[in-house]
Amino acid sequence: MHWRSRMRIELIVNGTTHALDIEPRTTLLDCLRDNLGLKGAHAGCEHGVCGACTVLLDGVPVRSCLMFAVQAEGNQITTIEGITPGQGELSPVQDAFCETHGMQCGYCTPAMILTAHALLNANPNPTREDIVEAISGNICRCTGYAQIVEAIALAAERLSGANRAKDAS
Amino acid sequence: MTVKPPHLRFVSSDRRVREDRRFVVGKGNFVADVDLPGLRHVALITCPHPAARILNIDASAALARPGVHYVLDGRELAGATLPLMSGLEIPHVPRHPLAVGTARYSGEWVAAVVADTRALAEDAAEDVRIDYEPLPFVLDAEQAIAPGSPLVHEAHGSNVLLDRNFVWGEVDEDFAASPRTLSLRVKWGRSATVPIETFGVVAQWDPWREILDVWASIQMPKYPEQIATALKLPASGVRVHYDVDVGGSYGVKRGIKHSVLACYLARRLGFPVRLIEDRLENMRGGDAHGPERLFDVDVAFDDAGIVRAMKMRALDNVGAYAGRSPFQLGKPIGAIVGPYKIRSVQYRAMAVVTNKTTQEAVRAFGQSPTNFAIERMMDEVADTLGLDRLEVRRRNLIRHDEFPYLIPSGTNYDSGDYETVIAKVLQHTDYEALQAERDAMRRGGKLAGIGIAACLEPNGGNASFEPLLNPKNTTTTWMESCRISVDLSGAITATMHTTSAGQGHETMVATVVGEVLGIDPDRIRVVRSDSLISMPSNSPVGSRMAVMLGGASYHAAQKLKAKLVAIAAHDLGIAPERALYSAGDVVDGGAPDRRRSWDELVTIAHRNMHRMPEGFEPGLSVSHVLQVPTGGTLPTPDGRVQMYPCFSFEFHLVLLSIDPALGTSKIERYTIGHDCGTVINPKIVRGMTLGGVAHGIGAALYEEFAYNEDGQMVAQSLMDYLLPSSHEVPKIDIVHHVTPSPHTVLGQKGSGESGYLGAPAAIANAVNDAVRPLGITVNTLPIKTARLGDLIADALEKKAT
Repeated sequence: MHWRSRMRIELIVNGTTHALDIEPRTTLLDCLRDNLGLKGAHAGCEHGVCGACTVLLDGVPVRSCLMFAVQAEGNQITTIEGITPGQGELSPVQDAFCETHGMQCGYCTPAMILTAHALLNANPNPTREDIVEAISGNICRCTGYAQIVEAIALAAERLSGANRAKDAS
Repeated sequence: MTVKPPHLRFVSSDRRVREDRRFVVGKGNFVADVDLPGLRHVALITCPHPAARILNIDASAALARPGVHYVLDGRELAGATLPLMSGLEIPHVPRHPLAVGTARYSGEWVAAVVADTRALAEDAAEDVRIDYEPLPFVLDAEQAIAPGSPLVHEAHGSNVLLDRNFVWGEVDEDFAASPRTLSLRVKWGRSATVPIETFGVVAQWDPWREILDVWASIQMPKYPEQIATALKLPASGVRVHYDVDVGGSYGVKRGIKHSVLACYLARRLGFPVRLIEDRLENMRGGDAHGPERLFDVDVAFDDAGIVRAMKMRALDNVGAYAGRSPFQLGKPIGAIVGPYKIRSVQYRAMAVVTNKTTQEAVRAFGQSPTNFAIERMMDEVADTLGLDRLEVRRRNLIRHDEFPYLIPSGTNYDSGDYETVIAKVLQHTDYEALQAERDAMRRGGKLAGIGIAACLEPNGGNASFEPLLNPKNTTTTWMESCRISVDLSGAITATMHTTSAGQGHETMVATVVGEVLGIDPDRIRVVRSDSLISMPSNSPVGSRMAVMLGGASYHAAQKLKAKLVAIAAHDLGIAPERALYSAGDVVDGGAPDRRRSWDELVTIAHRNMHRMPEGFEPGLSVSHVLQVPTGGTLPTPDGRVQMYPCFSFEFHLVLLSIDPALGTSKIERYTIGHDCGTVINPKIVRGMTLGGVAHGIGAALYEEFAYNEDGQMVAQSLMDYLLPSSHEVPKIDIVHHVTPSPHTVLGQKGSGESGYLGAPAAIANAVNDAVRPLGITVNTLPIKTARLGDLIADALEKKAT
C-alpha cells in the first residue's frame, strides 16, 4: 500500500466513536490533535522518551507518538479531555495537582495526570516508590517531581476517603 | 515552610496557583494549539557537515510534489532581511536564520520547505538536493584560539568574539602578599535546559492592515522589535500575542531565527505559516545550547583559609554564531566573589566561536557555571590546608551586619544572612549524623561523599552586562509594567505584558494587587496583552519578575488606591489625609459612619464627573512602569557596575554514594537552605527551587551535548541526552529563611533560578569528597557514569599494582 493511501477507521475516544479517513502513517497523537481537536495530548520528543503525549489505551498509559492511529482501532482511548468531569469541574486527581501545584509550565501535566489516573485505578493506595515508578516515564523539566508525587499521594488519600464514604451510604 | 509576615494578608499565604486550572484539563494555549485557517507548515533541511560551502541547492523535485508550496534558501532570506541582533560589535559575524553560502555547524539550517502538512514538508525536504564542499572545522575553544586554527568566520579574522580583562582591586599585590596560592582548571560541559515543548512560532501577515501577527513559545526581551528590525517593518506592524503559554523555557526559548524565518515566509507567501521544531531540530539546529565553559582559576589565601584574591579566566565555546551567549560571561561579574569577602579579582572573559551549535541564554545566564568554579575553588583551598570545607567557607562569608556589601566588581549585595541559613540547614540535616552516615557507607565498601555549596542568585535582572561588555551600548533600564483598570461593574482587571513559561505570573500579579487593595486576589482578573497594546516589558529573564512585575503591580495598585482615596475625600468634603482606605471602601477618619463604598466610588469615577476632584481623568485606570531598583547608571571606565539589584542565597548539602564497580552516583540526601526574601507564593517558590535542583542534577551528572571528532553532535535524542526522571531526583528538603531586600516593595527577591545555581557545584563537591581517597579529582561536568567508572577503575588498578 502506498503511503499516501488513506484508511477508513473508527476510533473510540472518551466513549465516543469517530469515523476517520486518514493516512495510515498518521500517529495517534497527530490524529487526536489534528483530526479530533483534542489538544491536551502534547508532542515533546516524538520518539517515546518524554511521555508528554501519553494517553490511556484501555486504561493503560501509552505513548501516542509511538503508535499509529490505525493501530488503536477497537481500543478505548482516554485523553485528558475524557478525564475532566464537566465544564469548570476537576477530577480529584486534577484538583490534587492544583492543591500541591504539581506543575509549572503545564506542558507535561495532562500526560502526568492520565498516568496518575491509571496508577490509582490499578493501585488505590500507592507508596511513594509506586508513584515514583509510575511517573518515571513522564519527564517533567520544571518541578523536580516532588509536588507531582505529593499530588498523586493526596489524590489517593482523598479518593480512598471518598470511596469509604460512598460504600457507607 | 515559609513564615508569613504578620502585616501581609495574601502575600506569603499558601494559595493555589491560578494558571494550574487550565493546565490540568489540557486547556493551556500552547503555540501548537494555535490553529488558523489555511495554516501551512515548515520543515528544515540541515547541513550534515560541521563546516561546508553550499555549492548548489536544487529544489525542483521537492517543488514538484503536490502540496508543497515553497523552498526558501539562505540567499533569498538574507537578501530580504537584516542579520539577527547580537549585541556585540561584530559586523563580520552575521547570523541569519538560514546559512548563507557557508554552513558552520552540523545541523545548521540551510533551507526551509513549506507544505500543506508537516509530514509533506518533511517528505519534500528529503527531495531537496544540496551540494556541499566540506571545509576544515574546529570544535574545541582552546584549539580555536590557537594559531593556525580554521576560522569559523573568515572575514572576522579570528575566532574570538569577546576578550575582556577586568582587574578590580590590588590583585597582584594581594597575590604577592598571600602565603599560599593554588591553581585549578574546571570545565562546565555543554548542556541546556531542553524544555519538553520545543520552540514553535506561528505567523500570519495581513497585507490590508499591514500587520504581522505572531504567536510564539517565546521568552525573550525586545522580541517584537527584533522581528520588526530584521524584517524592516515598524514595530507597530508586528503584533506578538502574549497569551501563548510557553511549555518550559528556563532561558532558552529565544527562537528569533525561527521567528524571522516564519514571519518572512508568511509575508512572502500570503498565508499563515507554522514552524515547530521537532526534537532533533530543537537539539541540533535550534540554537538552544547552554554555556560550555573552561575556567582557569588562581586563588591567593592564607594559612587560615582566608581568600584574599582570585584570578579567573572563563573561556566560553559559544558555538558558530553569537546569540545572546557572550553576555553570559558578563552577568557573573555581579556576583564574581560569591558570598565571600574576596578583596580583589582579575576576570578575563573570552567568548570563542567554533563549529558547534549556537548557544543561547540558559537559566542563571552563566552564573551557575561560575558558581561551580568558585565552589570547587573553596573546596580545594580547604583540602590544601587540611581544613574543614564548611569552616573555610564560614571564615570567608560576608556577615549579616556587613550589608549592603560592595564587591570588587562594583556591585552592592542588598542583604543576606548567610550564616543563619547555613546554621538552619546544618541543624535540619544534623551534619554530624550525615558525616557518620557517609563514613558508615564507606566502611561498607561504597564510595561516599558530602558536598556543600554556598551560592548567590543575582536577580531582578537588568541588562548592565550589555554596556559593560559593549561600550557602544548605553542601556541603563530594563523596565517592567502593569496596568490596572476597574470597570463600571467594579471588577478589577490587571494587565501584564509578556508571556510566561510556568512561573505563575498571573497568580503573582493578582496576589500583589489584592494585597495592596485588601481585596481577595481571586476576584482580580489578570490578562496578557499583545505587543501593540503593551506597556514596556523585558520578559521573565534574570529571575526578575517577583522584583519587577511584582513591583510594577504593587505601585500600580498603590496609584489606584490613592485615586480612590482622593475621589472619596473630595466627595466627602474632607482632606485626603483624613480619608482612610479599607478593603475597597474609604472612611472618614474623623467620622467613621461617613464613608464611600467601592461601588459608589466606581460610579463616581465612571459616571459622575461633577463629583470628581478637579483635574482627574474619568474612569479608574492606572499604570506603572518600574525601573530596575539600583539601575540607571553606566559602568565605570574600569569596568565596575551595579549588576542586578537583589541577591538571593542558597546553601546546598548533599550526601552522595558511588558504586565503585559501575561509577553510578546516587544522591542519598539533599537539603537546600534558601533565602529569597519575602516569598509571594510559597508553592511557586518551592517548585522553582526543587525544579532548579533537578535541573542542576542533570547538568552535574547526566546532560551533555556531546560531539564526536567528526564534528557531529552525538546526543541527538532524549535517549542520548539524559533528562532526570523521577528516579534520578531524590527527596529534597528545603529550609527557608527570609532576609528581606531593602530595594523591593515587599522585601521580595527573585527565585526563578534557585536550586540550579548551586546544585551542580554541591554534587561535584560530593563526588570529589567520595573519590578523593582514591587520589581522583573530578573538575569536569557532567560527571557521567562511564567517565567516573573509568576513573575509579584506573585508580583502583593503580592502587592494586
